[in-house]
Amino acid sequence: MNEFMAVLRRDIKLAAAQGGGLGMAIGFFLIVVSLIPFGVGPDLNLLARVAPGILWIALLLSVLLSLDRLFQADYEDGSLEHLVVGRAPLEFIIVAKVLAHWITTGVPLIMATPILGFFLNLEPDAFGILVLTMLIGTPALNFVGAAGAALTVGIRRGGLLLSLIVLPLYVPILVFGVSAVQSSMLGPDGSMQTMMILAAFTLASAALAPIAAAAALRANLR
Amino acid sequence: MFRYANPTRFMALTSVLLPWTIALTVVSFAAGLYGGLFTAPPDYQQGETVRIMFVHVPAAWMAMAAYSFMALASLVAIVWKHPLADVAAKSAAPIGACFTFLALVTGSLWGKPMWGAWWVWDARLTSMLILFFLYLGYIAIWQTIEEPIRAGRIAAILAMVGFINIPIIKFSVEWWNSLHQSASIIKVGGPSIHISILWPLLVMITAYTLLFAVLLMLSMRSEVLKRRIRSIRIAKVEGFG
Repeated sequence: MNEFMAVLRRDIKLAAAQGGGLGMAIGFFLIVVSLIPFGVGPDLNLLARVAPGILWIALLLSVLLSLDRLFQADYEDGSLEHLVVGRAPLEFIIVAKVLAHWITTGVPLIMATPILGFFLNLEPDAFGILVLTMLIGTPALNFVGAAGAALTVGIRRGGLLLSLIVLPLYVPILVFGVSAVQSSMLGPDGSMQTMMILAAFTLASAALAPIAAAAALRANLR
Repeated sequence: MFRYANPTRFMALTSVLLPWTIALTVVSFAAGLYGGLFTAPPDYQQGETVRIMFVHVPAAWMAMAAYSFMALASLVAIVWKHPLADVAAKSAAPIGACFTFLALVTGSLWGKPMWGAWWVWDARLTSMLILFFLYLGYIAIWQTIEEPIRAGRIAAILAMVGFINIPIIKFSVEWWNSLHQSASIIKVGGPSIHISILWPLLVMITAYTLLFAVLLMLSMRSEVLKRRIRSIRIAKVEGFG
């Protein structure tokens, strides 16, 4: 548990010290969302209807963009090798790293979502439920993404490969994230079921993805 | 399984098997296509277009079967380090991707007269499309990583991750589809399929499976030879040649 907390604290500190990566992720999120009205037109009714989907997709892309920082820096300075051969199980270390990554990029991105919701004329009732679905669903994005990042660590032009691998796996999370928001617009308790399935994805990916990520890291660092 | 781990033995065995499998493939394609295009009756609603089914359904079936084969071979490669399982998984991927592409194209050609559009976001078409993307990611791994052992392990992990995800993706796409789209799909054939349609379909599935086996053997043989050339070259460079 000591190692877990140490890695968690170290990664959060590093992210806070560097700062730049988070700002870029939020900037990217903002720009993608602002491009949508230029593409589909400024009709407020239309924007309100597609807002949950747009916000989810933009969030998903922002998470994807930040994924290569998860292992790449540690790979370059050699500390990743120490974590692999270290005493603590690698799967455990990966959970700590993903958690730190989620706290430093996922949570701030979610906090920025309500502001972007105003841009897209999102219905006022939907704000709370949107943030809630994102809080429940985004850890799954980070865990699945961690497996992809581990598979592509140390590969030249790995970023493109990473998106090709990870994006198809994001489909279920996107489907249930958006449908939870949309069903809440229809009725008060319509979103409970979808929310539960979303939570199931997060828990399952938290249990399985670190195993795949650890196996991939070991294969890549051999 | 381990009797054939030796590539030399595999090469000898496949060189005997290949001509027979090719002959069987040709015969079953001839029989299946004849049955599908000439003896099977046209559908009472869809008319002659229903015959696309005989090339479409087996392709879709093989697209799934090839991925399952690839995932199984990857599991064998990871767990037992079986030297040919690696080659089998690598060789199966482009073939499976081609079958998936074929299923998508024939599905789209079938969709035009049935749905009035080349592409409909129908649950089956959509999950096939995502399966196609999974294949592309897998193939991209092999193309990006040069060293075969490392590429093999990485690709094997990806194949298994994808395999776990396929049912989840299928489930979520069906959910999404029932949520968004009003059902306007004509059910094919109804609950029971008449024997005059069923036998050509089964023969066609057999023919596609045999074709997969033939292509897989050919592709695996060339991969084994490629690796031999590679190791001869490395030995030469290092001065042992």
